[in-house]
Amino acid sequence: MSTPKMVTSRLGFEDSFTIDRYVKTGGYQALRKALKMTPEEVCAEVTTSNLLGRGGAGFETGRKWSMLRANPVRYLVVNGDESEPATFKDRMLIERDPHQLVEGTLISAYAIQATQAFIFIRGEFALGLERVLGAVNEAYEYGAIGPDIFGSGFSVDLVVHPGAGAYICGEETALLESLEGKRGYPRIKPPFFPAVIGLYGEPTVVNNVETMSNMPWIISNGGAAFAALGAGRSTGTRLFALSGHVKQPGNYEIEMAKSTFRDLIYNPDLGGGVRRDNKVKAIIPGGASAPWFGPDQLDLHLDQDEVAKAGSMLGSGSVVVMDEETCMVRAAWRIARFFHRESCGQCTPCREGSGWIDKIMRRIEDGYGREEDLDLLMDACDNIAPGVTWPPQQTTICVLGPSIPSSVAWSIRMFRDEYLIHIKEGGCPFS
Amino acid sequence: MTDDDKFLIKIDGADYEASPGELIIEACDKAGVHVPRFCYHPRMKPVGMCRMCLVEVSGPRGMSLQPSCYMPVQPDMEIVTESDKVKKAQDGVLEFLLINHPLDCPVCDKGGECPLQDQTLTYGPGESRFVEAKRHWAKPIALSELILLDRERCIQCARCTRFAEEVAGDPMIDFMARGDSTEVNIFDDNKFTSYFSGNTVQICPVGALTATPYRFASRPWDLEQAESTCVGCATGCRMVIQSSQDKLIRYLGIDSDPVNQSWLCDKGRFGYLANYAESRVVTPQVDHQEVSWKVAVDHVARAIKEALATTGPESIGIIGGSRLPNEDAYAWSKLARSVFGTNNVDAQLGDGLDPEVIVGLPKATIDETCASPLVVLVGPDIKEESPILFLRLKGAIDRGTTRVLEISPNPTSMTKYSAMSLFHRPGEAHLVVNSLVTPGPTKAGSGAGLPVGGVELADIDRARALIEDSPGVVFVLGRASMADSAQIVTQCASKVRENLPGARFLTVVRRANTHGALDCGLSPNLLPGRMTIDDARGYYEGHWGQVAQGPGMSTGEMLARAAAGSMAVLILLGADPVSDFPSRSLAKKALESGALVVSVTSHLDESAKLAGVILPTTTFGEKGGTTTNFEGRVSSLSRKVTGPGQAFDDWTVAVLLAKELGGDLGFSSQQDISEEMERVVPLYSNLKPHIWTSLAQSDGVVIPLYGDRVVPRWFDPIATPGIASLVHHPLRPGTGVDKESDPVRGESLPQVPARVEFSEVSRELSIPTLDAYSLRLMAPKVLYDRGVLTEPLSGVERPGSVLRVNHYDLDRIGAMSGDRVRVVSSAGAHEAQVEVDDSISKGTALVAFNVPRSEGQVLAGDLIGYGELVTDVRLEAL
Amino acid sequence: MGGFTPDNLVKAKEIIGLYPKARSALIPLCHLAQSQDGWLTPEAIVEIADLLDLAPAEVKGTASFYDMLHTEPVGRYLVGVCTNIACMLGGAYELLEHCEDRLGIRCGQTTKDGKFTLEETECMAGCDGPPCVTVNYRYFLGLDNQGIDQLVDDLEAGRLDNEIPPHGTVYRNSRNVGLTASPTQEPQAGGKSSQIAQPTPTKRGAK
Ligand SMILES: Cc1cc2nc3c(=O)[nH]c(=O)nc-3n(C[C@H](O)[C@H](O)[C@H](O)COP(=O)(O)O)c2cc1C
Ligand code: SF4
Ligand code: FES
Repeated sequence: MSTPKMVTSRLGFEDSFTIDRYVKTGGYQALRKALKMTPEEVCAEVTTSNLLGRGGAGFETGRKWSMLRANPVRYLVVNGDESEPATFKDRMLIERDPHQLVEGTLISAYAIQATQAFIFIRGEFALGLERVLGAVNEAYEYGAIGPDIFGSGFSVDLVVHPGAGAYICGEETALLESLEGKRGYPRIKPPFFPAVIGLYGEPTVVNNVETMSNMPWIISNGGAAFAALGAGRSTGTRLFALSGHVKQPGNYEIEMAKSTFRDLIYNPDLGGGVRRDNKVKAIIPGGASAPWFGPDQLDLHLDQDEVAKAGSMLGSGSVVVMDEETCMVRAAWRIARFFHRESCGQCTPCREGSGWIDKIMRRIEDGYGREEDLDLLMDACDNIAPGVTWPPQQTTICVLGPSIPSSVAWSIRMFRDEYLIHIKEGGCPFS
Repeated sequence: MTDDDKFLIKIDGADYEASPGELIIEACDKAGVHVPRFCYHPRMKPVGMCRMCLVEVSGPRGMSLQPSCYMPVQPDMEIVTESDKVKKAQDGVLEFLLINHPLDCPVCDKGGECPLQDQTLTYGPGESRFVEAKRHWAKPIALSELILLDRERCIQCARCTRFAEEVAGDPMIDFMARGDSTEVNIFDDNKFTSYFSGNTVQICPVGALTATPYRFASRPWDLEQAESTCVGCATGCRMVIQSSQDKLIRYLGIDSDPVNQSWLCDKGRFGYLANYAESRVVTPQVDHQEVSWKVAVDHVARAIKEALATTGPESIGIIGGSRLPNEDAYAWSKLARSVFGTNNVDAQLGDGLDPEVIVGLPKATIDETCASPLVVLVGPDIKEESPILFLRLKGAIDRGTTRVLEISPNPTSMTKYSAMSLFHRPGEAHLVVNSLVTPGPTKAGSGAGLPVGGVELADIDRARALIEDSPGVVFVLGRASMADSAQIVTQCASKVRENLPGARFLTVVRRANTHGALDCGLSPNLLPGRMTIDDARGYYEGHWGQVAQGPGMSTGEMLARAAAGSMAVLILLGADPVSDFPSRSLAKKALESGALVVSVTSHLDESAKLAGVILPTTTFGEKGGTTTNFEGRVSSLSRKVTGPGQAFDDWTVAVLLAKELGGDLGFSSQQDISEEMERVVPLYSNLKPHIWTSLAQSDGVVIPLYGDRVVPRWFDPIATPGIASLVHHPLRPGTGVDKESDPVRGESLPQVPARVEFSEVSRELSIPTLDAYSLRLMAPKVLYDRGVLTEPLSGVERPGSVLRVNHYDLDRIGAMSGDRVRVVSSAGAHEAQVEVDDSISKGTALVAFNVPRSEGQVLAGDLIGYGELVTDVRLEAL
Repeated sequence: MGGFTPDNLVKAKEIIGLYPKARSALIPLCHLAQSQDGWLTPEAIVEIADLLDLAPAEVKGTASFYDMLHTEPVGRYLVGVCTNIACMLGGAYELLEHCEDRLGIRCGQTTKDGKFTLEETECMAGCDGPPCVTVNYRYFLGLDNQGIDQLVDDLEAGRLDNEIPPHGTVYRNSRNVGLTASPTQEPQAGGKSSQIAQPTPTKRGAK
């Protein structure tokens, strides 16, 4: 592919995580450049780039920044909690190019004139934490963090904050609660939009690791260069985390909106095809929270809006491929089980509904299902996400709730027969 | 907020007026549209967790389901509570809640008054679609001696944890784990010992939290109930008292907006247990032999006649009365003045404040205190003395409506919420107050000044700035320690009166009806209606016939005279001077001196054990009338059950004695007394019969009452256990703002003889300087003392009678924590167990007043030197 | 086992100093305590509560929300097998069963010698090499049954001691630049201390 590597350019080097390699490959030049611009100019570049947030919601980063409430205290929080099932791109960026993340964070902190920045890293990323902590220490000594960065007069501290194991802390308001030392309970929006009432009640920007890692490239090359790639609102390149039944699972940085799911799965430089050259039965396009696609939708472009229009989401940029030998009940059950284990427990529908659905799904997979269970499942889903539509409506505080139906309801809709076989035969036909 | 701010909203198609900031659920409640809810509680911040209250709300993106307990109303908002979508969502939540909820309603204490049960019956499906296994937990675990938790029944509404953290400031319980494993629990063995723990039981919307005393005790439909006023302390919390088969079974807090806002402390909540304590007395006794009322009253009357004939009326004294209803106190006051011919009556036991301080200072109500920009707290730990005032004040601080400047010898429960705390040498509060309120510069700037009362001048300056910068101020006054004289507080009051004439006061005293007893004339120098004997004797002679020549003796003087052998009869009116009078030795000596001691009491307390005659009386729940809290608020008491055995009401005893002595008090019912009070006592002249009656279902009235209306309150404690008040009394912000004058409220009262006005005390107190070898004694009161109310709460942890000092002072005498030492004070020498506590200021020895003593411990009352301004003690290693 | 060792107490205060509000240090302090004791002991909870001016119930309540913070002892090696979707498609449940057999324990249990605790984890972001196995959060991707046996052998023999510290230590380095002293002051012992407190800002749920 001829498109530039914006966030993975250094990954070929063994020592990609060291400051030496980073500086040798042009590191921290973008920060120096940004510091010579006004914060407004930096923001403008980002707005021009139309960089969509890479955390899942896909919100324009520049617009998010512009919504920040005017206030003497502002915080920047980088979301490195990556726990969305089958998403593993941020871990790579964190472990392999921590300085890029640090530099992107500093550029952003300058742009929004943050008084302090935090990188919240998933607690389980032991190596990642070591790498980013190390990078922060190095960058501090290098003069890129702390008082009067590179003599520019701009000062900001950057604190690496470890998580401790809770998927929900990826949700930005839960993350802020967690960063405040509390149980990771999502806050109710409105009024708790981070840009208005965020960390410690102050206006706060929360951005994903990959979003941040794009900043050095955008500042070095200009927002327009970024926007020249991709199509429509989906500009630039994006990391796709491909997993499941493909021959070459991995992270692939490709231009947005230009390739299709089929390309991603079958291109020899990318997924390389399905294992045993099986047929694709279904894919999960954007993390466990996303509704499933069937083989008939493989020609959709990796374009945020196109995927949304087709009834799912690009989400966290992960694609799980399930081939014809896969039991759809089992796959959907495992995702239901995930939400059950990870529900924070605040909202009754999510806390109790996820557990109930997990148990019913398990019962069907184990061969003790009843036909009426399918209606029951759909109705329970409906009570969590009224209408069971996409984008969802919700009876809960955060969107973990309405994510529960995505795998359950869509698998029932797509593979009702397979459920019925489980029920009639009293067991799983695949095991 | 003005009416202009109001706007229109639509609820189910109809227009309603709403105010900015109001929650949708509040607007619906006001409109009479019921929205089901579990986690929402009007006295706590919403969390929107249970999702039961979802309604459809219009927004930028059309109608969507929103938690009505969380969303504020907006102009022109459309709210739909009845649509199919809303019903489906609510039914769904209910079904989800029942998934893991056990179906043990038949054995659950909450059965019959359980919102979950009610809503399931009303809206729920007949049959469960849930066939899987429910979550299981060990059945009830004890969070404390009083509180049990059944986690299987918990619906994770966070009411209890929020109450503990947000309202009580005692986050001893919290959610643990996550998702559907979430449980409420304590940390290890740290019990949920909050003074307020019982409230969590009342607000738990299911039967997860239950109280040990009520466990399996009754069913709600078997309970009869009446509103009453708690007499656990002088806050006067409104509560509903419930009984079954003529037995008190349970108390619940009422959402009385101006007073307790639905909360109760555990001492009050479980106070009914005391009615059934072993120490209850039910038959009259003479020389500890059970006798008939006739014999007992004859016996007393004979002694009084003899005293009148020989040693004179001044050899008769009445101590106590502050546990009595107002009417009964009035009867006893009249008996003493007009029949006995003595003014030796004192409702306080030397442990309160000067009567003039209590009745004569310009008052602030609790609401006004909480609305004052600054509250200066001089004296006790109010969490110990008036737990609900503590909650109210803490709430006001949290909401940012007020700031507290604390002046105290040691850190208290308020310290952490105070804007500033000045810790002074015990007994020297008046010096600090004086330096704070007198105009003119302090010497801090020059660096030359010596600390005042142990407080650095720089701190004094900062505190002065707080007062000076505040547009208004309320002083909360009380006794920090029984070892300091009440005169110190009087001095404080006079310094403030002199320099900040607009300041208002709230005087915190312990015993419930102290204020009422003083208002009714149970004070050596006061006649009913806050008037001095000199001013009002003529007036009362016109009504009562005879009134004794003034002034009488205080409790301390009576005890001292008795100890000297020159009292003939001492009547203890629900009083226990041996426990409660600061000097235990003097009280004991007085009662053992040969005077006839008559204990008119409900319980066999320490003093009653020394009495020649015991006359059993009814107590809370068994008698009606009114009581007056420390704001001067008169509210009603309910007779819910019959007194045990031969217990009589106190006023009856007064009438019997009067008759026996050939007098006639002129009443044959409590009703007669209130009518006479309204007729005779100017202070009560506006309490017309209809007000008196309406008190039974209101928040009471602050007297003197201007106007003639009582604000009614909607209240249905069973439907919404004690949590709903639809009437909110708007706070008057900025109380005490006018520093220059005391604003006169409303019209004036009928012409009366001069009412007591607190007058300046010019005499300076000379507190001895603390010598280098001594420690100054602190003897603060604590909530769980040895009083009759807490006796049945035997399981709850309470402070022992250990002497606590700073490690620095212990090092100096070469003793170790836990050692026994000799403590010498002017009252004598005792051995005591000593413990290190570095929260205690250097140079101070602290022992809580009137707490249970175990082996080797010393009682504060044994150490306090009566009549001294302060008590200094020396410690010697053994 | 007490609270923090003197060295760790210094570290704890440095960590607190990194944040605008002390409570934010709660999770890092729990990690620090686990790196010291292997799990979050009651003593550590009490000490953390003291340092952050919280009640122990609040610290435990918060810590127990998080999977990595263990209020009960765990083995020296916490072996996690991810069974989430991508790993499940890659045979994770079969591998997990083998782990149970090899270690002689069920999921969630600890071996008698206290060496191994076995856990079924959610997605660890190692989906490109399913099944994803972690030992004290160090990744071992794409192992088969023999791979597991070898791994367990190596751990038992101490051959991986350099790469894998005992459970509790997640990251072995720490912030070492720009540290400020902790803002929490030593409590003044019994002196005549006076204090001005900032009004506490209202938290979540404010109207
Ligand atoms: C349940 C849930 C989990 C989430 N997990 C993550 C995550 O692990 N990492 C992430 O960056 N964003 C996650 N998000 C999205 C964040 O809330 C937020 O939108 C994102 O961090 C914003 O960054 P961006 O604008 O750069 O995408 C999650 C959202 C939800 C609802
Ligand atoms: S939807 Fe689920 S995860 Fe989100 S706040 Fe509610 S309970 Fe927590
Ligand atoms: S009452 Fe509104 S969410 Fe519980």
